[in-house]
Amino acid sequence: MTTPEPHVRVRDLRKTYGNFVALDGVSFDIERGETFALLGPNGAGKSTTIEILEGYRDRSSGEASVLGVDPQHGGLDWKARLGIVLQSSGESGNVTVREQLAHFAGFYPHPRDVDEVIAAVGLTDKAKSRIKSLSGGQRRRVDVALGVVGRPELLFLDEPTTGFDPEARREFWELIRSLKREGTTILLTTHYLDEAAQLGDRAGVIAGGTLIDIGTIDEIGGADSRIPLVRWRDENGQHEERTTEPASLVARLFAATGGEPAGLEVRRPSLEDVYLALVAAHGTNDKTMDQLEHSL
Amino acid sequence: MTTTTATPKLPAGRTVTLGASRVAYEVKTYFRQGDSVFFTFLFPLIFLTIFSVAFSAASFGTNASGDKVTAAEFYLPAMLAAGVLLSGLQNMSIDIANERSDGTLKRLGGSPLPVLSYFIGKIGQVVVTGLLQSGLLLLVAAVAFRVELPTDPAKWLTFAWVFLLGVSTCAVLGIALSALPRTGKSATAVIIPITLILQFISGVYLSFSQLPEWLQNFASIFPLKWLAQGMRSVFLPDSFKTLEMGGTWNLSGVAIVTAIWLVVGLVACRLTFRWIRKDS
Repeated sequence: MTTPEPHVRVRDLRKTYGNFVALDGVSFDIERGETFALLGPNGAGKSTTIEILEGYRDRSSGEASVLGVDPQHGGLDWKARLGIVLQSSGESGNVTVREQLAHFAGFYPHPRDVDEVIAAVGLTDKAKSRIKSLSGGQRRRVDVALGVVGRPELLFLDEPTTGFDPEARREFWELIRSLKREGTTILLTTHYLDEAAQLGDRAGVIAGGTLIDIGTIDEIGGADSRIPLVRWRDENGQHEERTTEPASLVARLFAATGGEPAGLEVRRPSLEDVYLALVAAHGTNDKTMDQLEHSL
Repeated sequence: MTTTTATPKLPAGRTVTLGASRVAYEVKTYFRQGDSVFFTFLFPLIFLTIFSVAFSAASFGTNASGDKVTAAEFYLPAMLAAGVLLSGLQNMSIDIANERSDGTLKRLGGSPLPVLSYFIGKIGQVVVTGLLQSGLLLLVAAVAFRVELPTDPAKWLTFAWVFLLGVSTCAVLGIALSALPRTGKSATAVIIPITLILQFISGVYLSFSQLPEWLQNFASIFPLKWLAQGMRSVFLPDSFKTLEMGGTWNLSGVAIVTAIWLVVGLVACRLTFRWIRKDS
């Protein structure tokens, strides 16, 4: 067989804290050059998974391989091939954007051009500003810049666009697409389903520590979950019907009422609708898990 | 699934070059932090000034030619030793505890920066700031308080090794102690009492010879007492050695005890330092 080994390979990954099971048998692969979105409610296990793969946490059992290396024993050679954008950062930032990037670029054998990276995250105007003087969204862009400056083969993005305004998010997506074009493998966790739909090749939905679905973005939830929804109003109130033939339904309505049905809406469920239905069906108790993860 | 990605080896010698780049980075960020400069960098200078003014009328003994030893002369070696302790141990441990809390270490730990380069950066920063601090102390003592500095090169040689050994030991112990506070916020509360007590029992603020013998013996376990003694041997008249334990400057004792602490610190760093606290 000549199939290249996937960049990330996870089998039956488990993580427990005492009696609490944070991850309960998660398995997936991420192929080279693929962008994989890990979705799920707060505390579902997304960050635990990504931090195990980054080498920050040790797994309780199961297998994990990242760029062919067990992340629990990844050395500096291995780290040089990764880019990590953590979920939060609160460093004091007494250096300028450019100083920080130039310093970190020096850690890597083949870094990207610092000014190009600064331009790519849209901080050229702020290159000479101290990081602590930047807004939350701008600091987040510095995080992203630090994650990509080392020209990683595999990039971890843990909720990268939290705090971005819509325009900044669109710019960020453009940056990620350019990294994809260069062949970077990306593992993304996000709360924004449109972000996953925009960037992801495949997605996994994690809830209550288990992977409840995995597939390409338009497969998630199964074909049935994407059956279009037709909504309208009449004298009896609000109606909703799911049908694979929405045009025929609308035509029937038109014929029956002899005019425009009131409040007519034909919608194809978005990834967000599909995701919410999936998670609701799983019925996790997110609150307690969230609290537990934060208390650790 | 047969082709494995061979991980290319990073070039050798990068630990040292990255260490040098860390030193520059650390020194730069140190001086940009207004508050830490004030409290650890200028603190010994402020105390030297206070003591010199407050005790300007007090007598601290006489030198060989019968001249009075001034308060500034008496406190200069103590403040030099305190500066080494503050820059090295106190500042370092609080700084690292904060870096662990605010995510700096987590970020560095996810990068291919060698731990050793990080240590070189920290120790280098302490050496650079410690040198500037000592230089400033000596300058102010000589110019403002007319302290006569030694002219004998042998004395300066002693100063050099006591300073370097002291700075490295305190820096290494600082790295080791940074594991103690659970959070950056608690760091000052955990570390400052340690350094404050050490300063009081090691002859920095109080004249060591006036402490009870049991306390002198207890203080002799720790390196600060020896550092201060080494500094006194450089800057006080030779006749003052009769006030020391055993009536000598005991420079070999200074070297031995400090070196033991250096080794203890290195071993503790090696065993305890983690970029982040792993939860398992």
